Amino acid sequence: MRDVAVIGVGCTTFGEKWGASFRDLFVEAGALALDDAGLAGEQIDALYVGNMSAGRFIGQEHIGALIADYAGLAASHHIPSTRVEAACASGGLAFRQAVIDVMSGMEDIVVAAGVEKMTDVGTGTSVDTLTGAADREWEGFAGATFPGLYAMMATDYINRYGLTREQLAQVAVKNHYNGARNPIAQFQQEITVETVMKSSLVADPLRLFDCSPITDGAAAVVVAPLERAREFTDCPVRVLASAQASDTIALHDRRDISTLDATVEAGRRALGQARLQHRDIDIVEVHDCFTIAELCAIEDLGFCAKGEAGRVTEEGITAIGGRLPVNTSGGLKACGHPVGATGIKQIYEIVQQIRGEAGKRQVDTKIGMAHNVGGTGATVVVHILGAY
Amino acid sequence: MSVAGFWRKIPQRYNLVGTRCERCGQFFFPPRTFCPHCRREGTIVEHHFKGTGKVISYTVIRSASDQFEFTTPYVLAIVELDEGPRMTAQIAIPPDDIKIGMPVKRVFRRIATDGESGIIHYGTKFVAR
Ligand SMILES: [Zn+2]
Repeated sequence: MRDVAVIGVGCTTFGEKWGASFRDLFVEAGALALDDAGLAGEQIDALYVGNMSAGRFIGQEHIGALIADYAGLAASHHIPSTRVEAACASGGLAFRQAVIDVMSGMEDIVVAAGVEKMTDVGTGTSVDTLTGAADREWEGFAGATFPGLYAMMATDYINRYGLTREQLAQVAVKNHYNGARNPIAQFQQEITVETVMKSSLVADPLRLFDCSPITDGAAAVVVAPLERAREFTDCPVRVLASAQASDTIALHDRRDISTLDATVEAGRRALGQARLQHRDIDIVEVHDCFTIAELCAIEDLGFCAKGEAGRVTEEGITAIGGRLPVNTSGGLKACGHPVGATGIKQIYEIVQQIRGEAGKRQVDTKIGMAHNVGGTGATVVVHILGAY
Repeated sequence: MSVAGFWRKIPQRYNLVGTRCERCGQFFFPPRTFCPHCRREGTIVEHHFKGTGKVISYTVIRSASDQFEFTTPYVLAIVELDEGPRMTAQIAIPPDDIKIGMPVKRVFRRIATDGESGIIHYGTKFVAR
C-alpha cells in the first residue's frame, strides 16, 4: 500500500450564504483546492463528495454527477465521481474514500469534497431532515430531535460525572474565541459564559449556544501518492492514519449512552495505524455538534479520563496556547456546520495548522487529528495527519 | 412519516410488540428480526412487553419539527423496559417532575400530527407509576 499526502486544500466561508447556490459553493471550494495544489482540472483521476441530504435541502440527488459536471470534468474527461453519505460524517468518509483510492494504487490524484446547502428550507424542515441522521422509525417518530438526543447524553453525563452547566458553556466560549480568529467561520464574535446561559433552551439542558448552527458551505482537498506530492507542493501533509467505526443507529441501543464506542474504536485504530500515542498529537478537531459532544469526544478519544473533560476545558488545556488545543477552527459550534462539508473542513484546518498558515489561531503543530461523527455516534471517522 | 411506513408498525407501536431470541433469551424492542448475538443461529419469536420500566435519561424538547408542534414543550426519555431493552419515548408528565430512575408504565396516546395530510399518529408514551 502506498503512502498518501494532502497536496491542496480549499474552503468557502461558512454561513448563511443566501447568494450562493449548492453548485456555486462546491465550484468555489474545488477551485481553491486545485489552485492551492497548482493543478489543472484534467489531472484529476476521481472525485468523492460528502453530502448528507441535498435531496431534502434542495431537492437534488445525483450529486456526484452534478459536481463532476459543474467542475468541468464530466463532459470533457468523464471522471468517476461518487457521493458519500454518512449523515454528519459524510465529509470525513469522502476523504477516507479518496485516501483509500490513492493508497490502493487505483488512482493517483483524487479530490475529496464536502458540501451542504441548508438555509433554503425553514427551521421545521431542517430539524426534521437532521433527525434522519438518527433512527427515524424509533427515535424520530417518538418526537426525538437531534439536539434532543444529545441533550439526553448530556443529562446522563451530568448525572453521572457531576459536570456543571458552566463547564459545558466553556466549550462554546472557547470555540467562539477560536472562530473569531478564523476568517471562514460563521461566527466572528467572542461570547461569554453568560451569553450561553442566557440563550433560550432548545432541549434541556442544552441551550441555543450549546448547538452548532445551520450553515451553508463547501470544502475540498486534493490527495496524491506521497512519492509524487512534491511535484505539486513544497509542503505536502502526510496522511498517517484513516480509521472508521460504526455503532447502533439509535442512541437507546448503546452500551453506554454518554460514551461513543465508535469514537473509542476509531481513535484506537487510528493511533495504532500511525504507531503514535496521545502525547504525540499536537491538535485535535473534534465533532462538537453540541458542547456535550466535544467533552465526550476528548474523553472517548482517550485524551483524558471519563468525566474529566469539563475540568480540562475549564483549565484551558484545550484552548489555543493550552497543552492540547481542540477545535482551533472554532469547531462546528463557531465555524458552522454545513453537515457534509464539516469533515473536509476539519482536514483543511489541520493542514493549515501544519503548514503554519493559520494566522491568529496558529499553534505549533506537527501532528493533528480530525474526528468526524455521523448521527449520535453510529459512524465515526478519525484521521491523523502529519508534517512531511 | 409516510402512511404505509406508519401502518406497517402499528402492532409494535400501539401494543409494544417486540421480539425475543429463543436461543440466547435476549429481548428486542424496537423489534429485530436478526439476533446480533446469535446471528443466523438464533430463532426470533414475537414478544409482548409488559410495558413497565424506568427512565434512564431525559430531556425537554422545546423546539421540534412541525408534526410535534401541538405538544411542544414535551418530555422525551430513554426508557428501560423491565425485560431489558431500551426505547425512546415521550413521558406524559410536567417537565419539572421528570427524574432519572423514575418508574413508568406505558399508555396509548397521540404522538404526532401530520400537517399536510392531517393524519394523526398514535403510539406509546409513558406515565409515572
Ligand atoms: Zn440470540
